[in-house]
Amino acid sequence: MELSRDVVRKVADLARLKVSEGELDSLVSDLSAMIGYVQVLNEVDTTDVAPMVHAVELHNVLRSDTIIESLPRSEALSNAPRSDGSYFLVPAIIESE
Amino acid sequence: MSYEIIIGLEIHVQLQTKTKIFCGCSTTFNPDHPNVQTCPVCLGLPGALPVLNEHAYYLGVKTALGLGCQIAPYTKWDRKQYFYPDLPKGYQISQFDLPFSHHGQVDVVTGDSSANGGNEPTVRRVRILRAHLEEDAGKNMHDESGRGRDSKVDLNRAGTPLVEIVTEPDLRSADEARRFLEELRLMLTYLEVSDCNMQEGSLRCDANVNLHVTQPDGTKVPTPIVEIKNLNSFRFTEQAIEYEVARQWESFQQTGIRMGAKGGHKRTVGFDPNRGSTYSLREKEEAADYRYFPDPDLVPVMTSVEKINSIRAEMCELPATRRQRILDEFQLSPYDAAVIIDQGRAVADYFEEVAKTCGDGKQAANWLTQDMQAAMKERDETISNFPIRPHVLSALLDRINKKQITIKSAREVFTTLLEDADSGHPLSANRIDELVKSRGLAIVQDTGPIETAIAEVLSRNAKAIADFKSGNEKAIGALIGQVMKSVKGADPQTVREKLLAKLGE
Repeated sequence: MELSRDVVRKVADLARLKVSEGELDSLVSDLSAMIGYVQVLNEVDTTDVAPMVHAVELHNVLRSDTIIESLPRSEALSNAPRSDGSYFLVPAIIESE
Repeated sequence: MSYEIIIGLEIHVQLQTKTKIFCGCSTTFNPDHPNVQTCPVCLGLPGALPVLNEHAYYLGVKTALGLGCQIAPYTKWDRKQYFYPDLPKGYQISQFDLPFSHHGQVDVVTGDSSANGGNEPTVRRVRILRAHLEEDAGKNMHDESGRGRDSKVDLNRAGTPLVEIVTEPDLRSADEARRFLEELRLMLTYLEVSDCNMQEGSLRCDANVNLHVTQPDGTKVPTPIVEIKNLNSFRFTEQAIEYEVARQWESFQQTGIRMGAKGGHKRTVGFDPNRGSTYSLREKEEAADYRYFPDPDLVPVMTSVEKINSIRAEMCELPATRRQRILDEFQLSPYDAAVIIDQGRAVADYFEEVAKTCGDGKQAANWLTQDMQAAMKERDETISNFPIRPHVLSALLDRINKKQITIKSAREVFTTLLEDADSGHPLSANRIDELVKSRGLAIVQDTGPIETAIAEVLSRNAKAIADFKSGNEKAIGALIGQVMKSVKGADPQTVREKLLAKLGE
């Protein structure tokens, strides 16, 4: 299956990946090959097979509504690229036009 | 040309759990201490494993049953993927194609029924498309200076359990939308699934609005849909919808742009309550593409008819049912029934206790909606800390019903009881009897003294008698007053009747 450059560009954009035009060609062929490989599955006859909605066969794994101590703030913020000691800091979010 | 307003709502309700939906962090509203209620799960750190809070699922089912929804025997979790600073994982755990509940309905009274005219109230049935569970995001705080400084992110709220309720586009006016939300909030608080505190964001609403315009040739044309995001008050919801309706009508008359045509795509807007208008939110270049897929970290939830029935059995009577029942059971007007039920479960419980023990629902309703309401307002109290408890009020009303005291005297006792409470005295039925006795408020049952007093009063009021007989009916008021003065506790009605009889001789 051949993916279009536009589709790959869109997928990259949705994943916030910056892809140069040069990289696009190799990505198109690599991704097309991967999808082609998975398409082997289309050859299986699934006429009488119920759709699978989840790969794990477990169900109802639950916890009780009991408080577990949270991380200290300093630890919660420790991986952040930037913080002011209380909040995570991010570039200004523009909400409206 | 005329138009019909089409409104559908999406409501996010925070469930009243102690901990988050997929981890053990507290859900307490804590804006003064940002980022102290987080852990690897709700921070989205690699390797952390979410596990469903069973109480969140339970409260979700209760909510859905209240909405008349069907509960899915099998439900699963999906990742809704988008990037935003308040969403640490880069995806929100939500439910896509197999929500835990679907297809319900809520009836909303949209027209005031006349209290005594016996008109049937008008009801709008709002179909519920689905209700699903998901996690809340964190909170972004923007720099208000406009100088493009950093935004701040607090993740205390990230992972708080939400039920998202999606209605069909069945509402036909801003007023109906507000009434629907009010009924919904009432139901959620009766069920004790959410505190519905709007200041704290426990109930938030998005409104989808457009018009179906009937053109001169009779064909109907839909205007482009606008989604108004994040309305955090019912009044703003109503105002925002009214604004959008007017704006869309104006715009359609000028441009004729219909839904789906060029320039007629769906838009997302915010509402500015200060200006009373909506504004465009930044449109994504691409239409939203969330690439939902089943969350491999979470396993499905299965339930059974037995489990659903046992949850149903634990639910209280819903406000709509209760309104109708107290109306029938205590012969109330629809207005009184609504006033009592709409003040919440505690007031409804108080009312029923008084009505049942004193045996006069109408009297109980009058006191609750008038004297009690006024006193609570003046004293800044709620029903739960109001000092006159149901058994005391009931004892007081019982004495009115048995014609032992007049309503006027009962009011005097009521006021004194409140004063007693303020000076720390316990209130009881005995105290009522004490007051009735010490103040001579008992209605005089023996009519002997009344007749004596009437004879005495008439003997020295020749002018008033003449006035009355010459047609001035008001003159009798002064005579009644004098009799009442000399016989404390006389029933004014009895005095009036006896006086009239005497004057008619």
